[in-house]
Amino acid sequence: MKQLIWILGGFLFFAACQSDEKEVVNVYSHRHYDVDRELMEAFTESTGIEVQLVSASADELIQKLSMEGENSPADILITVDAGRLERAKAKGLFQPVSTPTLQRQVPRHLRDDDNHWYGLTSRARILAYHPNRVERDELSTYEALADDKWEGRILARSSSNVYNQSLLASIIEANGIDSAKTWARKVKENLARSPQGGDRDQIKAVAAGEGDVALVNTYYIGLMLNDKDERVREAAESVELFFPNSEGRGTHVNVSGAGVTRHAPNKENAIALLEYLTGEQAQSRWASANYEYPVNPEVTPSAVLQQWETLNPDTVSLSVLGEKNEAAVRIFNEVGWN
Amino acid sequence: MKEGRGKNALLSGRKGFNLRWRGSMRNYWVVLAVVLFIFISIPLCTIVVKLFSSPGPYWDHLSETRLPLYFYHTILLLLGVGGLTVVIGVVTAWWVSTFEFPGRKIFEWLLILPLSIPTYIMAYAYTGLVDSTGTLTRWSEGIFGVAPSGRWVDLMNLPGAIFILSMSLFPYVYLITRASFARQFSNFYDAAAVLGKSHTTIFFRIGLPLARPAIAAGTALAGMEVLNDYGAVQYLGVPTFTTGIFSAWFSLGDITTAIYLAAILMAFVFLLITAESWQRRHRKYTGEESHHHFHRIQPRRSQKALMTTVCGIIAALSFGLPLVQLLYWAGLTASSVLEIEFLGLVLSSFLLAGGAGIGVALVAIVFLYAVRTARRPFLSTIARWATMGYAIPGAIIAVGLLVPLLAVDRMLIDLSQGSWGLVLTGGFFALMYAYIVRFLAVGYNPIESGFKKVGTQVNEAARTLGANSLQVLWSIDLPLIRASLASSVLFVFVDVLKELPLTLILRPFNFDTLATRAFDLATNEMIAESAIPALVIITTGFVPILLLNHLIGHRNE
Repeated sequence: MKQLIWILGGFLFFAACQSDEKEVVNVYSHRHYDVDRELMEAFTESTGIEVQLVSASADELIQKLSMEGENSPADILITVDAGRLERAKAKGLFQPVSTPTLQRQVPRHLRDDDNHWYGLTSRARILAYHPNRVERDELSTYEALADDKWEGRILARSSSNVYNQSLLASIIEANGIDSAKTWARKVKENLARSPQGGDRDQIKAVAAGEGDVALVNTYYIGLMLNDKDERVREAAESVELFFPNSEGRGTHVNVSGAGVTRHAPNKENAIALLEYLTGEQAQSRWASANYEYPVNPEVTPSAVLQQWETLNPDTVSLSVLGEKNEAAVRIFNEVGWN
Repeated sequence: MKEGRGKNALLSGRKGFNLRWRGSMRNYWVVLAVVLFIFISIPLCTIVVKLFSSPGPYWDHLSETRLPLYFYHTILLLLGVGGLTVVIGVVTAWWVSTFEFPGRKIFEWLLILPLSIPTYIMAYAYTGLVDSTGTLTRWSEGIFGVAPSGRWVDLMNLPGAIFILSMSLFPYVYLITRASFARQFSNFYDAAAVLGKSHTTIFFRIGLPLARPAIAAGTALAGMEVLNDYGAVQYLGVPTFTTGIFSAWFSLGDITTAIYLAAILMAFVFLLITAESWQRRHRKYTGEESHHHFHRIQPRRSQKALMTTVCGIIAALSFGLPLVQLLYWAGLTASSVLEIEFLGLVLSSFLLAGGAGIGVALVAIVFLYAVRTARRPFLSTIARWATMGYAIPGAIIAVGLLVPLLAVDRMLIDLSQGSWGLVLTGGFFALMYAYIVRFLAVGYNPIESGFKKVGTQVNEAARTLGANSLQVLWSIDLPLIRASLASSVLFVFVDVLKELPLTLILRPFNFDTLATRAFDLATNEMIAESAIPALVIITTGFVPILLLNHLIGHRNE
């Protein structure tokens, strides 16, 4: 027992000794990419500010942040969709920050109307189809996927996936809630198999002939096209891509983004990190390593992305989509899309 | 066999009870157990009190739309995985501990190894084997010239989930049951064999009834693991009750409903487990330790072939095939993922898991020893209750723990006038605390079944001779149950090695483990890249697994 007390005491001591007087920025992040670590290291190198990172799911981090309240050590929260950013904003976890650099580097529709958060990268939700079984001119909009002709041909993952939720939120915003519900019901009925796996699994299933059209995020295709496994590359190469609604309101995009926390102990450092991450260097690194679309208009997408058709993004405010996210989840539950 | 012995033990227990009542050491155990119970209860209670308040705003919506299906999936998964793990675990444990057949020594430890593969990695690996770009698909193309069409094996459904979860969870049953067979079984076996009973009769009439506490303990662990699994069932498209919890929290932002659902889950599990132990309340499973050398039985050749084949198939399905897939991925990605920092990750994971394993075992011993020395029914009830954390998803436990700890932290900050940071929640204290709450069941069940087998006579004899309870514990009870004790530490060790949500949420800044590293990669669907940390987890689990196997086997050789 004595030993146990010593061990516990040791842990406490260790915990208490953690604060020293370096310049730091404390990050809660839902982005788990290796390239992110690399960028944080580069940031430390150029500014001398050390980045301390905890990564977990955004929802857990939001909960932790709100429970810690004004004692929270976190300076910045990074998520991978706008809905979570809106949720954190609604809980009063962010503070507005605005600098000319940030305003210049992040276009209006990819940041919060009240400057509580800024997009870091964006990804489009597009269609991957098999050219032998689908004519390109059969495809047009997300809405058209509700048509009976697609019965048993569509592939999509679980509705617990946030990108499906934000897509439906954008449809609610564009067409109204009743129409969106009808759409979700029809598409669910058109599914080739019950929702399962991740985006990569949907693309593989198109390649293998289990379905004809899949709803997927752009960067997964980029990753698959450059996979180490030849068979995975072949699968990705055998599908073609279509950007829905590009002639109408634009293709649905979501962002991964970040905001400075309300009680940030190192606010200035947090802003410096935000500016760095939306700056040209970090943006082009992200674009090439992770096949995400840069938010910074000065930075061009990676070569892989440029081979595809030009993205004409739906410029509806992502704040609005964040607010509609809940309604989207309700609809998915009501129509029984797992 | 059981009853006679039971009565004796009970009588001597009563007498001893009065004697011990005066001993001060007994109070010490009970007091310690109650204090620990309070600590462990705090986070559990912050969850359970929610049962008595109203659920959050989305309760109605969820219970009308999704919960019935989730509940249905959960029940079927529990039944399926429960049944399959018992069949596989008990049969293999029986064969390995009773018979001599080719490969037995290898199977002894090989059948434990699937434990070291996290369930979600198992799900990814199996998908990677059989999907259209999969390794097995490719092999069969190489052999037969044509690729099997579409999904020649479909694991992304309820039967698939039952199979995959059973493959990773049956070692719980196997290991605990085997420890129980190994301990004292040979006496009965020899007697029964002399009376001319067949192997099958002996198995059903003696082996199975005697091993019942062990089987129950193992199945309970597997069942609780099924209940809190999120990653695998999510990926396989079989949403369960836990999906409901996270759907309320993550998709709808309604943590009140999430905790309410978790509380329901906890109450459900508590009832189930209480019912099981109530059902076997009057039986005693203690027997005489076998002192003579136990000769393994030499079955007929056809039986030997059957045993080797079946064990081989199970080992291949539960460990070999996933390992092949992971190795294949690792080979593809080694150049980009393998870094020197892995050594640091191994070290930090090892220390964390080892610390948690020992911590949990100490707490479990305190509880069980209090139960054993005091024989107060309320003690075993609170001990049961304290093990409920295993059925609760880690993320919910983290919330239940952060509430009280942050309150204390806030007080400390006020007291120190802001010069202290988040002392309790900023370092490793919260993490260790959480592991104990979460994994007590894992460490408790094997030790409990070990104590049950040992019985109390030796203990009582020693006490009569004037030893105090600490001396008895140290020099008699612990050595007697050392195999169970080792299983306990090992289970927790391997579990913490794989653990995700608690580690993710409660870890200090810039602290990574192998599991968080694997998760970082897998969550981005970079599953091939996550194979290397997953393999390191498996290898790290290897050493203690072999050690444990040696401890259990030792008695037989």
